[in-house]
Amino acid sequence: MAQGQMAPGIVAGRLSSDELTSNFADLHPPFAPHEAAVAADRCYFCYDAPCVTACPTDIDIPLFIRQIQAGQPEAAGKTILDQNILGGMCARVCPTETLCEEACVRETAEGKPVEIGRLQRFATDIVMAKGDHPFDRAAPTGKTVAVVGAGPAGLACAHRLAMLGHDVVIHEARPKPGGLNEYGIAAYKATNNFAQAEVDWLLKIGGIAIETGSVLGETISLDGLLENYDAVFLSIGLAGVNALRVKGVDAEGVRHAVDFIAEVRQAEDLAKLPVGRNVVIIGGGMTAVDAAVKSKLLGAEHVTIAYRRGRDAMGASRYEQDLAAANGVKIMCNVQPVAIHGNGAAAEIELEYTSSENGKLTGTGETVRLPADQVLKAIGQTLEGAPEGLDLDGSKIGVSGPGRTSIKGVWAGGDCAAGGDDLTVTAVAEGRDAAMDIHATLVS
Amino acid sequence: MADLTTDFLGIKSPNPFWLASAPPTDKEYNVRRAFEAGWGGVVWKTLGAEGPPVVNVNGPRYGAIYGADRRLLGLNNIELITDRPLEVNLEEIARVKSDYPDRAVIVSIMVPCEEAAWKAILPRVAETGADGIELNFGCPHGMSERGMGSAVGQVPEYIEMVTRWCKTHYDKPVIVKLTPNITDIRFPARAAKNGGADAVSLINTISSITSVDLDTFSPEPSIDGKGSHGGYCGPAVKPIALNMVAEIARDPETRGLPISGIGGVTTWRDAAEFMSLGCGTVQVCTAAMTYGFRIVEELNAGLSKWMDEKGYSNTADIVGRAVPNVTDWQYLNLNYVAKAKIDQDQCIKCGRCYAACEDTSHQAISMSPDRVFEVIDEECVACNLCVDVCPVEGCISMVPMKPGEVDPRTGKVVEAEYANWTTHPNNPMAKAAE
Repeated sequence: MAQGQMAPGIVAGRLSSDELTSNFADLHPPFAPHEAAVAADRCYFCYDAPCVTACPTDIDIPLFIRQIQAGQPEAAGKTILDQNILGGMCARVCPTETLCEEACVRETAEGKPVEIGRLQRFATDIVMAKGDHPFDRAAPTGKTVAVVGAGPAGLACAHRLAMLGHDVVIHEARPKPGGLNEYGIAAYKATNNFAQAEVDWLLKIGGIAIETGSVLGETISLDGLLENYDAVFLSIGLAGVNALRVKGVDAEGVRHAVDFIAEVRQAEDLAKLPVGRNVVIIGGGMTAVDAAVKSKLLGAEHVTIAYRRGRDAMGASRYEQDLAAANGVKIMCNVQPVAIHGNGAAAEIELEYTSSENGKLTGTGETVRLPADQVLKAIGQTLEGAPEGLDLDGSKIGVSGPGRTSIKGVWAGGDCAAGGDDLTVTAVAEGRDAAMDIHATLVS
Repeated sequence: MADLTTDFLGIKSPNPFWLASAPPTDKEYNVRRAFEAGWGGVVWKTLGAEGPPVVNVNGPRYGAIYGADRRLLGLNNIELITDRPLEVNLEEIARVKSDYPDRAVIVSIMVPCEEAAWKAILPRVAETGADGIELNFGCPHGMSERGMGSAVGQVPEYIEMVTRWCKTHYDKPVIVKLTPNITDIRFPARAAKNGGADAVSLINTISSITSVDLDTFSPEPSIDGKGSHGGYCGPAVKPIALNMVAEIARDPETRGLPISGIGGVTTWRDAAEFMSLGCGTVQVCTAAMTYGFRIVEELNAGLSKWMDEKGYSNTADIVGRAVPNVTDWQYLNLNYVAKAKIDQDQCIKCGRCYAACEDTSHQAISMSPDRVFEVIDEECVACNLCVDVCPVEGCISMVPMKPGEVDPRTGKVVEAEYANWTTHPNNPMAKAAE
């Protein structure tokens, strides 16, 4: 018997297994072939298409859609994967509403873009379902490259290097490869263990070894890598989380949203995963929305996103905000936490209203208290564990050109490197481009 | 409310929409449903001579061409004339005509090219009380291999001869259905008229292979791995039909010969276009086969509304109104100068006009780094390709230049007077203006 939404505290099994299965089903179910044909027919095959310009990986979108129209979805998939080897995951998680689909001329014309993301998924799913890996390796170069971090940037870099004939060893700290694709992405966006399936498929190129439990600064060092490999690519992500400094933040029930999300992703049985009755998420980005929606899907009664600035300043796109709202999440803007109250365990959160003048945020003094037995902090991740000696650019690893760091032989990309949005698709582009530069350096 | 009642060769029907001779009119059951749905008339599916009926293939009879979302744009068939006994058809025709005296019932006929064969069947058709006959000189597949259908329609002398037999042995109107599988449609039309035809109807279907199966390399529709050309119809053939109708309507030798228009009529607008080019009635088949008989409601309502808006009270008012505007290329006004104009407020910046003009035409559209597309008047020949490829209706228009303005492309002043190729200085055959 399910506990129900109103059971107090942080408890597991608020919903039945059937309800959970339905709640965590695919957010955007795949297109059936006829749906794909109809969706593809809407593409105008624009000249110098704005969608391509908007894509961080420069996928030739009009071409792949035309290939779907012409009845060759596999060829369409190849067109996508040529540019973006994680095109399957990007089709699921890209904020297309702020990238290709926002740029689509049909968005301009009728507010309804060509469904590029779902078409990309249609094509890449067919390629992956076929099982054959569509890329071959070039003749061996005899060079070996170390990639640190098996997230999107690392995987894209490794695949491109392997394709060019180099041997690659990926050092991954966590037990499974995939990075945020495996531990961070909302579960309802990558169902059926897609992240691992995609990694398995990607590795079919050959020439890539993954060593899990290999932690930079603990089991391996940059100096050691430079000694043993011809080049190093750092794609270590943002392992740290920003600290929330308010009274009561150490109370039981207060935790980082990224840990909660990872736990949901790794859960064998969602019915065993505890969630609060009254959940408050601090933050305004994609992580906040993902954590909020997941809490609601797990059966929390009240879920509130508390964001300190106005709605327009939220990191989460309007689409993500609407997704949260559609799932019953309340979004409170212009409030900042000042204290978490409770006797050992969180019971209430006290929020202060804010006003912004010339970009400077100040509390108005007026506060409001919300019941909160679970508080999830989603106020941003930071670079942690970067090797000594690398020049930083702000709080990230400084890079010039295609990912070159201040140390010769060391490249960096993905969230840990400066520049670009912290998106899967951007990480893929950076990994791919760094690989091309590493290749040019190694064979010159 | 406009009056849609139609008098075609003295045959009255409540509206000008007839179902063409085809599968929808092969049986009493279908025809009764059609009349209940509101069709003005039918041309009964083609009857053959007495004796064992023809047989059809037992596999696919149709092949299709699709637009977006499997919208049927073209249909091809390899079905023959009716494969039901003559007697059965005649009995049904008589019953239906008697029950629906206000509707037009025309009987399509195809028998061997011998006077005796026609002489034998015509009295029997007359007995049914049907309003007239249509001679099937059009079907391009199957029957043509046996010397009938388009095999007759491709030889004007045969058309004239058979038409004359029919006029001799049958009292009511004789409509000759023409095949488009011919070089110049005016010749068979003239032959029909010379033979005494009361009207022509066109077009019959166009010889076609819709596609090839790339696994089996069989043409479609495929019968056990082989295909044969079929007759093509549906929206795709409308432009061909309109031209052939217009050619007959404006030919001095056939001008005034009543025409029943056929070929891709799908909406009221198609029908109005056929009528404006001289058709007293229109015949429909593919649209009904695609959507069912109920489309006649839209045809009736749409034609009637348009006629009301334009102030036409009777279908006769619109028949042939466009014919005087169909002319030869040599008489087109070469002093008419237009330029494409892009409405920037409507432009969605897809760049299709640019690609089309830059790659395949006159390099007359510029593209700025921020995707503003503008017409370069110095290069624009007003070809209309940009209008045709633009996905936004009304975004690009062809704006005529005013007399007295200078065409930046040619540097010449636009003249108010009409002038055509026959008097153009570049024409070696030009006649000096009087």
